[in-house]
Amino acid sequence: MRHTISVLVENKAGVLARIANLFSARGYNIDSLAVGETEDQSISRMTIIARGDERIVEQIEKQLNKLVDVIKVSDFIQTEHLERDLVLVKVSTDKSTRSEILQIVDIFRAKIVDVAPTSVIIEMTGTEEKINAFVEIVRPFGVKEMVRTGIVAMARGSK
Amino acid sequence: MKKTGAQILMECLAKEKVEVVFGLPGGQILFTFDAMYHAPFKFILTRHEQGAAHMADGYARATGKPGVCIVTSGPGATNLVTGLATAYMDSIPMIAITGQVATSLIGNDAFQEADITGITRPVTKHNFLVKDVRDLARTVKEAFYIATSGRPGPVLIDFPSDVQKAETEFVYPTQADIRSYRPTVKGHPGQIKKAADMINKAEKPVLYIGGGVIISDAHTQILQLAEKAQLPVIWTLMGIGAFPTKHDLALGMVGMHGTYSANHATQKSDLIIAVGARFDDRVTGRVDKFAPGAKVIHIDIDPTSISKNVNVDIPIVGDAREILDELVKHVAKKTKLTVWHKQIETWKKDFPLTYKKDNQLRPQYVIEQIDEVTKGKAIITTEVGQNQMWSTQFFRYQRPRQFISSGGLGTMGFGFPAAIGAKLACPDAIVFDIAGDGSIQMNIQELATAVHNKIPVKIAILNNGYLGMVRQWQQLFYGKRYSGTVLDGNPDFVKLAESYGAVGIRVTKKSEVKAALLKAIKIDKPVILDFRVVPEENVFPFVPPGAALEELLQGVA
Repeated sequence: MRHTISVLVENKAGVLARIANLFSARGYNIDSLAVGETEDQSISRMTIIARGDERIVEQIEKQLNKLVDVIKVSDFIQTEHLERDLVLVKVSTDKSTRSEILQIVDIFRAKIVDVAPTSVIIEMTGTEEKINAFVEIVRPFGVKEMVRTGIVAMARGSK
Repeated sequence: MKKTGAQILMECLAKEKVEVVFGLPGGQILFTFDAMYHAPFKFILTRHEQGAAHMADGYARATGKPGVCIVTSGPGATNLVTGLATAYMDSIPMIAITGQVATSLIGNDAFQEADITGITRPVTKHNFLVKDVRDLARTVKEAFYIATSGRPGPVLIDFPSDVQKAETEFVYPTQADIRSYRPTVKGHPGQIKKAADMINKAEKPVLYIGGGVIISDAHTQILQLAEKAQLPVIWTLMGIGAFPTKHDLALGMVGMHGTYSANHATQKSDLIIAVGARFDDRVTGRVDKFAPGAKVIHIDIDPTSISKNVNVDIPIVGDAREILDELVKHVAKKTKLTVWHKQIETWKKDFPLTYKKDNQLRPQYVIEQIDEVTKGKAIITTEVGQNQMWSTQFFRYQRPRQFISSGGLGTMGFGFPAAIGAKLACPDAIVFDIAGDGSIQMNIQELATAVHNKIPVKIAILNNGYLGMVRQWQQLFYGKRYSGTVLDGNPDFVKLAESYGAVGIRVTKKSEVKAALLKAIKIDKPVILDFRVVPEENVFPFVPPGAALEELLQGVA
């Protein structure tokens, strides 16, 4: 089962190492991890995508909670929430393919952020599935380089 | 008035009522050692930093108060690692302070620099690198709070040399307030009632207690609960002493070298009430065959211990003592004489812990005699291996904090320095380290510490010329191929003791044991007793690896 775990942590040196260490020492798998400041500068939010059966995910959450620098752990599995991932893809182009690529970019509501004679860089934001679909469509043109931020998530509503 | 970081650290330790600090100096902690010259607490110079860590640990286990050690950077700090890991596995409150190179040099591979916060992250409850002297007092306050609250554990403070010298006003916070750290203390009342109902309905219950009972000082409540609900009691290695061994309801230790009755009662029980224990693999044996008919109530302050190895029906997170106070009120008073108690009595009678009672000098006999001559009151520390297991079996412990042993990590070389720490904490107690000839050599240098500081601990070496426990496995499972377990080249332990200014006594006959022990106790100096025991004696019962708890091998009786 895939779980989106949102973790509020103290924005201090070593916190990321503690969390990474927890996963490696206990043999848990992370699909992705994204971290950044929150509205409060002293707090960072980590969004972790982890897989495992119920027992493993329960242990992951408890172990995270046990770390002294962790303020709050929320598993979004039962919560209505939004997820976004951002990708930059450098795709090979030439005269003959450029317009087709532009069309695809348009359909996916992506953006071209850099144009060079033989390539373009496309930026796209969306759910993991949407980005995967997009990457598959542009792959035949030649993906020279790709980078993703990892998924960030937020619960819906006023809470 | 402004004070230096080093002076502030001393003030903080004094405010925390630290009585003794263990350690060894070096370049990057010199300034702090200078400040310590006039400190109001005792400093014990050890001969190795690992010794300092285990002494602080032994002091903590004997008192419940945090043990403190101070060492230098680099190798001084890395030498603490085994000691920290030992304390971490057994939830022992400890404060380790390590010197560090100046903040401007950190990361430069400076002389005696080690990334000790990085290295110790997995073996400490938490650690800090103090980069600004203004954070120091608060950090120390938080370190003591974290080490001693919730599930206790070691906390390390890395203290760069320039921060030791930097000055600021000293204000010690009255309490630590850490928004990200709020351990649960009170148990959920609804869960407690459900647990009481389950206990009242159980026909074949066992009360399974661990080190958490000792940490939370809940032994009185355990006795009340056991007696009120007539619960047979089994314990882990860490739980030894939390329930009196000679009590009617006591079955003994459960697990790989547990008693027949404890293991069988566990397997056939319909309810396990676990308190401050964590169902470790040495306890459960083969986990998928563990107590197949039992429901489980699990009381623990650490949520990660619950449902980690064994599925739990009623978890109760919180402090054991508070929870038991409530639980005792809700359980029904029962009388004994049920089928279950009769069955247990039969197991206890038919399969007691025993060994071959002939005229040879056997290690079990030595331990029984230590029990006898100290009237069961000595503090026993152990090394790890056969000496440790026999110590769990043949001394009848009466109170918490009487048995001090590395349970989780299984650290050879622990027992002797831990005995020194325990003796400093309890100067009126007789303290015995029960050792093997292998493990004692892992921290033997601390004999100098014991002699120099006049700490009269007694070391009983069960000398069999082997790394005995590993040899036992080789005998049973590896066709008697004693690969790397023969200890040729052992020193003459009597002469060794004498060379340090301690006393050495060699015992080769069964008939000499008692007199030798009495003599050792009377001598007001550290004493090594070199017991030349039967070399190939084994620890039984023994649940072989991969077997279920009730499939225990019985030795010859």
